Amino acid sequence: MSAIIQLEKLTRKFGSMTAVKDVSFGVEKGSIFGFLGPNGSGKSTVIRMLCGLLEPTSGDAWLDGASVREDSERIKRNIGYMSQSFSLYRDLTVEENLAFYGRIYGLGRERLRKRVAESMEMSGIASKRKQLSGTLSGGWKQRLALACSMLHEPGIIFLDEPTAGIDPVARRDLWELLFRLSKDGVTLFVTTHYMDEAERCTHIGYIFLSELMVCGKPAELKRLPEVTPAGTVWLEATSDRITQALGLMKKAEGVLDATIFGESLHIRAAAEFGEREASLALAAGGVSLESFRVVKPSLEDVFVSLTRERLNARGAA
Amino acid sequence: MNFLTTFYAIFFKEALHIKRDPVTLVVTIAIPIFQLIVFGYAIDMEVKNIPTAVCDADKGSGSRELISALVNTGYFDIKESVASEADLRDAIVAGRARVGIHIPPGFTAGGVNGRGASFQALVDGSDSSVAMQAVNVVNSVGLMQSVGKFGKADIEKLPVDARPRVLFNPDLKSANFFVPGLVGLIMQIVTVFLTAFAVVREKENGTIETLLATPLSRGGLMLGKLLPYAFVGFFEICVVLTLMRFVFGVRVNGDVGLLLLMCFVFLFTALGLGLLISTVAKNQAQAMQMALLVMLPSVLLSGFVFPRESMPAIIYYFSFLIPLTYFIEILRGIILRGADLMSLWSQSLALAVYGAAILSVSALRFSKKLS
Ligand SMILES: Nc1ncnc2c1ncn2[C@@H]1O[C@H](COP(=O)(O)OP(=O)(O)OP(=O)(O)O)[C@@H](O)[C@H]1O
Ligand SMILES: [Mg+2]
Repeated sequence: MSAIIQLEKLTRKFGSMTAVKDVSFGVEKGSIFGFLGPNGSGKSTVIRMLCGLLEPTSGDAWLDGASVREDSERIKRNIGYMSQSFSLYRDLTVEENLAFYGRIYGLGRERLRKRVAESMEMSGIASKRKQLSGTLSGGWKQRLALACSMLHEPGIIFLDEPTAGIDPVARRDLWELLFRLSKDGVTLFVTTHYMDEAERCTHIGYIFLSELMVCGKPAELKRLPEVTPAGTVWLEATSDRITQALGLMKKAEGVLDATIFGESLHIRAAAEFGEREASLALAAGGVSLESFRVVKPSLEDVFVSLTRERLNARGAA
Repeated sequence: MNFLTTFYAIFFKEALHIKRDPVTLVVTIAIPIFQLIVFGYAIDMEVKNIPTAVCDADKGSGSRELISALVNTGYFDIKESVASEADLRDAIVAGRARVGIHIPPGFTAGGVNGRGASFQALVDGSDSSVAMQAVNVVNSVGLMQSVGKFGKADIEKLPVDARPRVLFNPDLKSANFFVPGLVGLIMQIVTVFLTAFAVVREKENGTIETLLATPLSRGGLMLGKLLPYAFVGFFEICVVLTLMRFVFGVRVNGDVGLLLLMCFVFLFTALGLGLLISTVAKNQAQAMQMALLVMLPSVLLSGFVFPRESMPAIIYYFSFLIPLTYFIEILRGIILRGADLMSLWSQSLALAVYGAAILSVSALRFSKKLS
């Protein structure tokens, strides 16, 4: 399958600071691409370059075959963009904002009316149609921005942290909407800081300190040898006294790392570290082991391990 | 196609912004009217009722005649009579009087016996226009007094008889001079600020981010931004011209149609200036400062207050860079002198070229990228 979005050594500098460095990857048509990375790692900057808002310093990217350097005006017809911070007109109503963008995209009167109604319906904002957008609460503003970005039925939609600050129900609604769009062949490029959302994406790219670290399907990333080096395993254990258990585990022979994850301990350890060793380690502190099993690493494990490894490599260099 | 759709969308949206915020609109329309009335009355170069102190050491019929002649001109208002020349000086230093008239003893006698009579006028030069006026009036009163000493027959024998006649503004009313200039200045203020803010607001509120991710046409965006404010500006002109005619009694001697046409040309120059500012400024505060930076030379150097002919050469040539300079000449030409397009062609051409240049430069500078 050929990539509908293809980045080739895309780089952007602000003065002497490099915000995005030699980023290359591809996104397949109809996929939900999750773009993750810590604050300030360059996610929004990549999206802005792809949307033709920022000129790349070097490198290039192609959307549906059109280069962002040469052909950004053509690209703009076929993309929707929801920016990270609210950037619609606060003194216009929900409906007026949508109608304005519809007109900018050149929708005719009939189509405009239909699309405004549909996109309000899809994003669930129809009940607020007459409200000034500046007076909407944060979550409703997000929905309006989402409605705006898909109004003209673009083939690719960029959503920069669309679920930041919205409630769990709205978040689920939004993801259902994204799945629906993706089923209709729309490509979605989404940034998020939520791991559960990352798990829902068909593909994931992880950017750290301006550089792309990995890119692939969630299942592929979890199988990466860097995440689970030869001779190590990921374990999950539960105990009656979880905090004491964490302290004991961290000190135990063969344990590389341990964290609390919900009500259980999430452990990375040498392959020899089994249930017997775990039980002994806890018993030394008078704590009992309730359950113990080998698990697959989570996406969070993937990102944490890759980040640590990169930082260690830098430290060593 | 793209141009028209963008233009239509932006125009409609700007109209909504204006409608949502009527206070701004009312203020932008009301302020110039207020300015016109305040400035129109306050900027009055005719200086009357200058506070004056008199030291009459002569106390004769001649000195009384001189004083009443001075008072009768209407320019001097005798505030106090003092005993010595030193007191006269004190009155001026203290600011109680701007002019001091000192009539020495023997003034009456000197006028009669032919030895000559002289009096002294001390003028406070700190306000040059007041001082000029006082010196002129005192000189001419002195001359009249001397001539009065001759017989009527002698006067007719005076060899040179200068009879100046003032054309176009026979009463030398300063309203006629200032109000047309004020019309131009007010138009510039309103339109530059309105357009600069209309664009910069999009940067400041971040709305430019979503806007620039759309395939909008640059020209359509600019025209859509300009035109609503051109309408506001044109409405403003009509109000201000009406006030000029009926409040200040300044008649339009030339063709009103030509006047409106030239106003429209200037309007687009000023709107272009606003747009140019908006391409540089990042927020409304910066736009405000830049607009003021443009405004200051326009007020001082365009010939609005000071005649350009009397400016130092560098400043005189610099004043050609100010669009208001041309517009004020055109305004005064049409309104006061009844000039037609033929006699104003050079200024009109300069203004039109200027407008086109400013609009093109701002169009070129207007970037569809974020900085
Ligand atoms: N216009 C700009 N001028 C200068 N520096 C900028 C500009 N825009 C972004 N940066 C810098 O580039 C880096 C990457 O910023 P970017 O907004 O892309 O991060 P991000 O990954 O989206 O972060 P977040 O998760 O917080 O949204 C940051 O260090 C930021 O300060
Ligand atoms: Mg961001």
